[in-house]
Amino acid sequence: MAVTNQLGIDPDKYKWGFHDPEKYVYKSRKGLDREIVEMISSMKNEPEWMRAYRLHSLEHFQQRPMPVWGANLAQIDFNDIYYYLKPTEKKERSWDEVPENIKNTFEKLGIPEAERKFLAGAGAQYESESVYHNLKEEWEKLGVIFLDTDSALREHPDIVREYFGTVVPPEDNKLAALNSAVWSGGSFVYVPAGVHVDIPLQAYFRINAQNMGQFERTLIICEPGSYVHYVEGCTAPIYTTDSLHSAVVEIIVKEGARCRYTTIQNWSTNTYNLVTKRAVAYRDATMEWIDGNLGSKITMKYPSVYMVEPGAKAEILSVAFAGRGQHQDPGGKVIHAAPHTQSVIVSKSIAKDGGRAGYRGLVKIYSGANGSKSAVRCDALILDDQSRSDTYPTMEIDEQDVSITHEATVSKVSDEQLFYLMSRGVKADEAMNMIVRGFVEPIVKELPLEYAVELNRLIALEMEGSVG
Amino acid sequence: MADLEIRDLTVQVEDKVILKGANLTLSKGEVHALMGPNGSGKSTLANVLMGNPFYQVVKGEVLYKGQDLLAMSPDERARRGLFIAFQYPVSIPGVTMSSFLRTAVSARRGYDKELMPVGEFQKLLKQKMDELKIEPAIVSRYVNEGFSGGEKKRAEILQMAMLEPEIAIMDETDSGLDIDSVKVVSDGVNRMLERAKGAMGILLITHYSRILHFIKPSYVHVMFDGRFVVSGGPDLAEELEQSGYEGIKAQFEVIAAEVQAEGAVRRAGKVFWVAH
Repeated sequence: MAVTNQLGIDPDKYKWGFHDPEKYVYKSRKGLDREIVEMISSMKNEPEWMRAYRLHSLEHFQQRPMPVWGANLAQIDFNDIYYYLKPTEKKERSWDEVPENIKNTFEKLGIPEAERKFLAGAGAQYESESVYHNLKEEWEKLGVIFLDTDSALREHPDIVREYFGTVVPPEDNKLAALNSAVWSGGSFVYVPAGVHVDIPLQAYFRINAQNMGQFERTLIICEPGSYVHYVEGCTAPIYTTDSLHSAVVEIIVKEGARCRYTTIQNWSTNTYNLVTKRAVAYRDATMEWIDGNLGSKITMKYPSVYMVEPGAKAEILSVAFAGRGQHQDPGGKVIHAAPHTQSVIVSKSIAKDGGRAGYRGLVKIYSGANGSKSAVRCDALILDDQSRSDTYPTMEIDEQDVSITHEATVSKVSDEQLFYLMSRGVKADEAMNMIVRGFVEPIVKELPLEYAVELNRLIALEMEGSVG
Repeated sequence: MADLEIRDLTVQVEDKVILKGANLTLSKGEVHALMGPNGSGKSTLANVLMGNPFYQVVKGEVLYKGQDLLAMSPDERARRGLFIAFQYPVSIPGVTMSSFLRTAVSARRGYDKELMPVGEFQKLLKQKMDELKIEPAIVSRYVNEGFSGGEKKRAEILQMAMLEPEIAIMDETDSGLDIDSVKVVSDGVNRMLERAKGAMGILLITHYSRILHFIKPSYVHVMFDGRFVVSGGPDLAEELEQSGYEGIKAQFEVIAAEVQAEGAVRRAGKVFWVAH
C-alpha cells in the first residue's frame, strides 16, 4: 500500500530507446574548435555574416565558464561530442522521399500520421539536419512560411538576418553561445499579419547516434494580429554515454498577435537538455509557453517572455517529471518592461524514485511598468521519501503600482488519497496514476486533445511500477 | 453462514488499542445500526473493514462470504461488493467526479482494460443523481474538492448508489447534515435497499438515533470502549434516545465488574458482553 520505488525509468520501458544503424552522409570528428565550426558553415554554404557570427559565438563559448548555479553539469565533456551529423543529402517535402530507415523511425513515432490527421504542417529533424518539412498548401497560400532554419537562411535571408540572435544573443549564456556557434536545423516560422493558423504546426526532434550533440535553432515571427501554435516533441535512444541537446528558440510576437509554443520533451535519460527559449511580446501581444518535461538526465530550461510594450501578456505553464537519476530544473522568466503587462506562471513538478524536480523562476517588474500583474503558482508532488523538490522563485519588483501573487505547495501523495480511491475498487497503480494525472490536470487541459492524451500516456508510463 | 463475520477483532493505531475484541455478524438484507459515544471505536471498525492501512489488526478475523477479508487489498474488497461511505472523505484535486465514478464503476463491474461504455455510464449516473436529488454540476467538479459538508456526504451516497454494494458501511453519514438532507439521503438508501431485494446489507454507524427514524434497522448495537456492549432490536435505539449513553455506561460498568469476577460470557436479558 505504501508508496515504493521499485522501478525507475529503465530501458525496457522507455519506448523510444531504439536506435537505427548509423548511415550518414557526413559525420564530424568529436570535439569542438574553429575548424569544426568553419566546416559546418561551409557545408551549409552559408553567407559570410553567419560564418562570422558562428566564430564570434565560439569565442564567447570558449571564454565563458560553465554555469554552476543550477544542476550539476560537471560531467559534460564538450570534447567527447559529435557536433555535426548530416543524415541525408537533402530535405524532403514528401515522406516517400525520406530515406527508409529514417522514415521508419518517424513512422514509429507517429509523426506522418499526426500530420495527416491534425497538423497544419510538420517538420522532422534527425541528428543535425531537418529531413522533412512540409506545410499544407492552404497555409502556404496565405503567406505562412514553415521551413527548417537552414533553408530559411537560403530562401529568406533578409528576414532571418533581421531577427536572428536579436532575442537570444550569443553572449546570453554559455549554452546559447554554443548553439550560436554550431546550430543546425530547427524551425523557421513566419506568420503574416492577421493570419490565424488555427491548427498546430509541429516539429519533431530525434537524436539517433551515440555521443551526439543536437543544436537546433528555432525562430518564430508573428506579425501583428496573427496567431500560431507550434508544437515540438523530442526523443533519443538509450546509450550508456550521454547526449547533449542545446537548442535556442527565439520568438517575436508583434502587436496584438498571439503565439503558443508547446513542448513535450521525452529525451532518453542519458540526454542533457540545456535550452534557451525566449520571446519578446509587443503591444497587446500574448506569448504562451507550455512545457512538458518528462525525459532527459538533466533539463535546465526557463522559457522567458519580455513584455516590452503596454498590454503584453505572458503565460508559462510547465510540467516536470523526474524519475530515477533525473534532475528536472525547469521554470520561467517574465520581464515586465512596460505598463499594464500581465503574466501567469504555473509550474507542476513530480519527483519519484530519487528524482529531483522543481521550479526556478524570475518575475522582474521594471520601474514604470505600472498597473502590471503577475501570478506565480508552483506545486510539487513528491512520490516517495528518496525524491526531492526545489523551488527557487526570484522576484525583482521596482514598481509600486503592481499586483503580484505567489503561491507554492509541496505535497506528498497521501495514503489517505490512495486508500480512498482503492476503497472504490481502483487498483493501487491506477489510483496513483489518477492522483498524478489530477495534479497535472491544470496544464494538460490547456493542450490540444491529441497532446493531452499523449502527455497522460507518457506520465502513466513513467508511473508504471510505482506502487508496491 | 453470515456474509460478514467479525470475530474477536482487536485493532491498534500506533501503540493504542482501539478495538478490543469486537464481534459482529451481518448478512445481506439486514440493516445493523452501530451506535456509541465518540471514541468508542465505530469509525475504526469501519476503516479496518475497508482495509485502511493506518490501522493494524493485532488479533481476530473477518470473514466476508466465507473468505478472509483482512487478506484482501482495499480495492479487491470494493470489487467484491464492500463499500464504505466515509465520514471525512478526502479530496483528489484535478480528478473530476465523473471520471472517478466511471473508473470506480468500471472496476466494480469487472471491466479490466477498458472502461464502461460512456453512454451506458452517463445514463446510470443521471438516473442515480435524479434519485438522490444531486445537482448535475457536481460531476464536473474535482472529487470532494471545495465541497461543503453536505455535498461530501451526498457524493458518498452517490458513489454507493453507483457501485451497488453487497455490504455497505455508512460512517456517520448523517452527522453534519440538516434534517432535509438526512431525509433525502435516507430516501436514497431506502430505495437502494428496496431495489436490491435483500441483496444488500448495511452497517449504519451513527452517533444519534435521528437517522434511524428514516432508515429502519433490523438490529441495533452499541459500542463502548472498543467492544460491542449491547445488542438489540430497533427499540434499543429508542431506549438510548431516552437514557443517552450514560445509562448504557452505568449498566455496562456493572456487567463489566461481574464478568471480570467470573471471567466468562455473561448475558443479562438483551444486554451481553463478550470477554476476551
